[in-house]
Amino acid sequence: MAGESVTLIGLWSSPFVLRVKWALEVKGIEYQYVEEDLSNKSAMLLQYNPVYKKVPVLVHDGKPLAESLVILEYIDETWKQTPLLPHDPYEKAKARFWSRFVDEKCVPALITTFFKGGEEQQKAGQEVRENLKILEGGIEGKHFGGEKIGFVDIAIGWLGYWIPIVEEIVGINLIDKELMPKLDAWFHDFLEHPVIKECIPPRDKLLNHNKASRKVSTSSST
Amino acid sequence: MKSEVKLLGAWPSPFVTRVRIALNMKSVEYEFLEERLESKSQLLLQSNPIYQKIPVLIHRDKPLSESLIIVQYVDDVWSSHSPILPSDPYDRAIARFWAAYIDEKWYPTMRSIRGAEGIEEKKRLIEEVKKGLGLLEEVFKNSSKGKGFYGGDQLGMLDIALGGFLGWLRVTEIANGVKLLDQGNTPELVKWAQRFCEHDAVKHVMPDTGKLIEFAKTLKR
Repeated sequence: MAGESVTLIGLWSSPFVLRVKWALEVKGIEYQYVEEDLSNKSAMLLQYNPVYKKVPVLVHDGKPLAESLVILEYIDETWKQTPLLPHDPYEKAKARFWSRFVDEKCVPALITTFFKGGEEQQKAGQEVRENLKILEGGIEGKHFGGEKIGFVDIAIGWLGYWIPIVEEIVGINLIDKELMPKLDAWFHDFLEHPVIKECIPPRDKLLNHNKASRKVSTSSST
Repeated sequence: MKSEVKLLGAWPSPFVTRVRIALNMKSVEYEFLEERLESKSQLLLQSNPIYQKIPVLIHRDKPLSESLIIVQYVDDVWSSHSPILPSDPYDRAIARFWAAYIDEKWYPTMRSIRGAEGIEEKKRLIEEVKKGLGLLEEVFKNSSKGKGFYGGDQLGMLDIALGGFLGWLRVTEIANGVKLLDQGNTPELVKWAQRFCEHDAVKHVMPDTGKLIEFAKTLKR
């Protein structure tokens, strides 16, 4: 739209940034992308997200927003084409529930599985599998929201790309194709969608990046 | 119809208080089913199998959990009056951002004061809580636009999100001999807290501080 400026401050390796990218792309919104260097945070980032100093940050006509799920809802409410959240209040609430479930339960367990070792890692891995089984139970139809790409797909689809990379690096199976067939199929379908596929960072690059960050973390733990 | 809306809850829970305030604002009649914390009811386990926690709202037999999700649902369904979220998308996003901050950063810090090891750690956590309230004071000034609540003339999302914790905030102050909300650091929030607790939608559901202190004594460390 003329006169409108949308900037996404992000990091190529962040799934939370990818969520926002996906939402912008699916809605066909024009935006400027700025890559942030988290080891040397820009003045812009510190100004726009003083509370967390993290990405993603969306700036729309000079007004900044942080926290990916908050940004997703803002995008959906501001640009009404290709609605992401369902219209029905109960379905909307369920969509919010699943998105929060991933952030609050799956992500911490996945991080522990990735960065820790020994028993702690095994326990966390078990937790990830249990959480994925719960997600399996929540899928209705082709996507979380039914037949079209919606809010939950965009909020949690990244797991289908990141988890196999974690599995490869730590050697623990998390997505069990037998126990979670719907989830597995859904991840594949989602990541094959042309708009979605185009934004995904290259696998080798992401794999190597994550391997390196794991090395740094495990060698620097006292 | 009263039985159309059921709320599974417990009087000391700040999360349950939030939902009750929202339902009161919207004049929704509901059946309050008090959960006993020592033994979870079948209904709770059935309707919230994932977290097995309160509050759970059951509307026309469909269950919902997570207090802020429930509050937004109540706002969406009973939309004809007393809006909880503002209408402008950016203002809504700001409200959601700070509500998430309260749940993910501020409240966990306050809650951990109780089990903190040593005086230094307690002091550090208390300072962090106060710093957070300082941020929320600034948000209040921007959001209220000179009116009495985060939502302006009416209660809004942040009033409910933060206000639900006022009982436990007072308990924390008394238990640690400190003031978390004070005239020096958060003068506007001091006044807001009083206004909030006197609000019609709040005053009958905000747990009494004395009762909370007694209740807190029964909790396992």
